[in-house]
Amino acid sequence: MINVENLHKSYGSLQVLKGINTQVKKGEVVTIIGPSGSGKSTFLRCINLLEVPTEGKVIIDGTDITAKNTNIKKIRENVGMVFQHFHLFPHKTVLQNVTYAPIKVKGLSKGEAEKMGKELLAKVGLADKEAVYPSRLSGGQKQRVAIARALAMNPEVILFDEPTSALDPEMVKEVLEVMKSLANTGITMLIVTHEMGFAREAANRVLFLDGGVVVEDAPPAEFFTNPKTERAKEFLEKML
Amino acid sequence: MGLDFQQFIPSLPYLLKGVTVTLQIVIVAGIIGFVLGIILSIFKLSKIPVLSWIAAIYTSVFRGTPLVLQLMIIYFGVPQLTGIQIEPSVAAILSFGLNSAAYISEIIRAGILAVDRGQKEAAMALGVSPRQAMFDLILPQALKNIFPALINEAVSLTKESAVVTVIGVTDIMRRAYIMGGEKYAYLEPMILAGLIYYVLVMILTTLAKAVERRMRRSD
Repeated sequence: MINVENLHKSYGSLQVLKGINTQVKKGEVVTIIGPSGSGKSTFLRCINLLEVPTEGKVIIDGTDITAKNTNIKKIRENVGMVFQHFHLFPHKTVLQNVTYAPIKVKGLSKGEAEKMGKELLAKVGLADKEAVYPSRLSGGQKQRVAIARALAMNPEVILFDEPTSALDPEMVKEVLEVMKSLANTGITMLIVTHEMGFAREAANRVLFLDGGVVVEDAPPAEFFTNPKTERAKEFLEKML
Repeated sequence: MGLDFQQFIPSLPYLLKGVTVTLQIVIVAGIIGFVLGIILSIFKLSKIPVLSWIAAIYTSVFRGTPLVLQLMIIYFGVPQLTGIQIEPSVAAILSFGLNSAAYISEIIRAGILAVDRGQKEAAMALGVSPRQAMFDLILPQALKNIFPALINEAVSLTKESAVVTVIGVTDIMRRAYIMGGEKYAYLEPMILAGLIYYVLVMILTTLAKAVERRMRRSD
């Protein structure tokens, strides 16, 4: 469902992505790992055009999203994103955070949106927090609201950009649990992460990026026990 | 010698009527300044060069020349160029509104820039249009942060409005001056006018504090 062809991204003379080619099938859970500066986040952000590629194509469900006449808004409705620093709307309550886009972008009625929002908040274990403002939540709770907010648009794909990197260690688990339960629902997930345990347990595939290219692409069992390249071996030695 | 407030007691209602005149100018000019300020600040941050140039030139002209000059140019210039005589109070509202828009646009621009970039990205990632993101998500956060600066602008507008006296608008200041002329005693009416301005500003800042507390609910 996602086809990435020869994807390049440069900032001035700095080349971050140097030709990424990969396909992601519907329902796949793909973790993207690699050393910092390897272009993981940039790659992820190219998939909903928060970064505009300098060269190459990203095709989602047959639509080339990098083409000039593509309706980016429509693509983004279908591709959710969860950020490292949550980016909840601080002036809106938890429930309003979740219902804002369905009401404004999809045109759902307030009643419909709230019913769905409450269900989603229950799903991420925050049914009792719907009326509070984000500043009252812990990091783990904020990230779970952010996941509910992304799910509220009923996307086919969710991009996770280091969703647990800004969390205190004791909050990582609650977020990963929610993500694991999502992984079983058939939604397509692309996850940039440093959580090797999660990559090993919950993912179907691991993409190992280094220097702006995909160095390895393998099922987690294979990648973690038997990495093919020196670079991946070195990286895993440092991480595990 | 000495102060004699007694002789001005009968003129007090006359002086107090000036409050309505002053408030009318300040409120309408403030609204014009605020709305135009928002538009200008969005122009300044626009990717379309023409819009940001227009806003930059506008701000530099209105900040670079005296307010009293702008007031006179509008009051005397509009009839000379168009043949339409405008009321002094209309000239006052126009010049104060246009002038404060220049200052307010800078305040709002800074406020918008201070909102975390991630807010815009989160909105974009949800398929929210840039315009909706600006008005629903970015501006409300910006306005909350710059509220004290906006109140500062309102306070200074309230006091600066006293210069309308030069084109004969019978505001608080002008009335105090007229009262002084009648009795050949200027100090007492000036003190009274000063008190009125001070009380107006106190009321404004007290209201502002209450509003600010309400806005801080989500902190």
